[in-house]
Amino acid sequence: MSIRHGLLALLDQGPRYGYQLRTEFEARTGATWPLNVGQVYTTLGRLERDGLVAPAGEDEEGHLFYAVTDEGRAELRRWFDTPVPRTNPPRDELAIKLAMAVTVPGVDVPAVVQSQRRHSMKALQDYTRLKGQALAGDTGGEADLAWLLVLEQLIFQTEAEIRWLDHCETRLTRRQEERGQTAAASASAPAPSKRLRSRL
Amino acid sequence: MSQTEAPVLHLEQVSRVHGQGAAQVHALRSVDLRVHPGELVAVMGPSGSGKSTLLTLAGGLDSPTDGRVLVEGIALGGLTRKKQAEVRRRAVGYVFQDYNLIPALTAAENIALPRELDGVSARAARREALAALEELGIDELADRFPDDMSGGQQQRVAIARALIGDRRLVLADEPTGALDSTTGETVLAVLRARCDAGAAAMMVTHEARHAAWADRVVFLRDGRLVDETAQQDAATLLVTAATNSVKGGDGR
Repeated sequence: MSIRHGLLALLDQGPRYGYQLRTEFEARTGATWPLNVGQVYTTLGRLERDGLVAPAGEDEEGHLFYAVTDEGRAELRRWFDTPVPRTNPPRDELAIKLAMAVTVPGVDVPAVVQSQRRHSMKALQDYTRLKGQALAGDTGGEADLAWLLVLEQLIFQTEAEIRWLDHCETRLTRRQEERGQTAAASASAPAPSKRLRSRL
Repeated sequence: MSQTEAPVLHLEQVSRVHGQGAAQVHALRSVDLRVHPGELVAVMGPSGSGKSTLLTLAGGLDSPTDGRVLVEGIALGGLTRKKQAEVRRRAVGYVFQDYNLIPALTAAENIALPRELDGVSARAARREALAALEELGIDELADRFPDDMSGGQQQRVAIARALIGDRRLVLADEPTGALDSTTGETVLAVLRARCDAGAAAMMVTHEARHAAWADRVVFLRDGRLVDETAQQDAATLLVTAATNSVKGGDGR
């Protein structure tokens, strides 16, 4: 997630100070990716070092404002014009957990799948409830739309996770059935003939 | 939603076996489930897990081999066929997966029919039907025949028919199956609103995104109720509160 570009996008609408940037970032994305004010100042410092933002004075309350530079604006355009790379998929703890679960003896994999699905389903219920509230409180503003889209992204992502878990369960069952059949077949089959044995 | 109120639907240790002897199939095994006023319950599970059987038993369209089905406290098994049909019509709205609209009747007539059978005048029933169509955003379909409608339109008419009158229990089999995601959402919002107004509903769905509109999601596997998400609990409320405080903050 790019806080850098998020801040540039907010500054593109006019100079702002750190705390204000944090509030506006969260108004668009909810508490989904909470941002502490320290992170905001660290990022602003780097953006300034790279010439993408510049200090733009203080107000009477001592808030230090930042403004986007021409270079910063060009960087923001580049960001919007370039797809988010999929070449390095983010590390997914659940995928890693299941990959380990199927290889570690003694782990009840179906139970892992089921408890995760229950948890994800509850999260999906929460997001859906929040979406209902967001729709009810929608004032037609851009920040409301942004928050709605972020919520819907969470909904689609969680749904995909649940579908994947359903799939894992089916795949596990099928694998177990296949193993059962192989075991039964090898137990009941007559000893292979000499010719067959020589081929084995 | 109130857990202290008597359930509108109560499946009491319900089992359903199809066939006999070696060909026996246990579609449901000792399922216990209550749906309370104000509650929307989603039923999920792989195909063949017993989801649709659960719904047909709840709607009195089939009888359990074992256990009892109670609608508003009345055990359906103890009633004559005629009485059963009456309870079904008066208290239960059923959305079939294949809609089951009557081809010779228009959308409005299909929706009004159960009300006319309830003894409501044709005029009043039509008024209610038009209101139901409007609620689902399809009032322009009132005088169209099922053959003249898309699958999605027929599905919404079928939902309007299930919701008409003050039916306390709505049962729906994949009610969003033929709908695109935005239209599906409209239907779920209507169902949700109906439950928030005090009705009880149970819907079968394989779409987690749709099940998420429910207060409770139950999972079936091989005819058994294997898991369910709990009612809105403390953790849920915390998430909501945290986000609200952000949204309530100085947005601009």
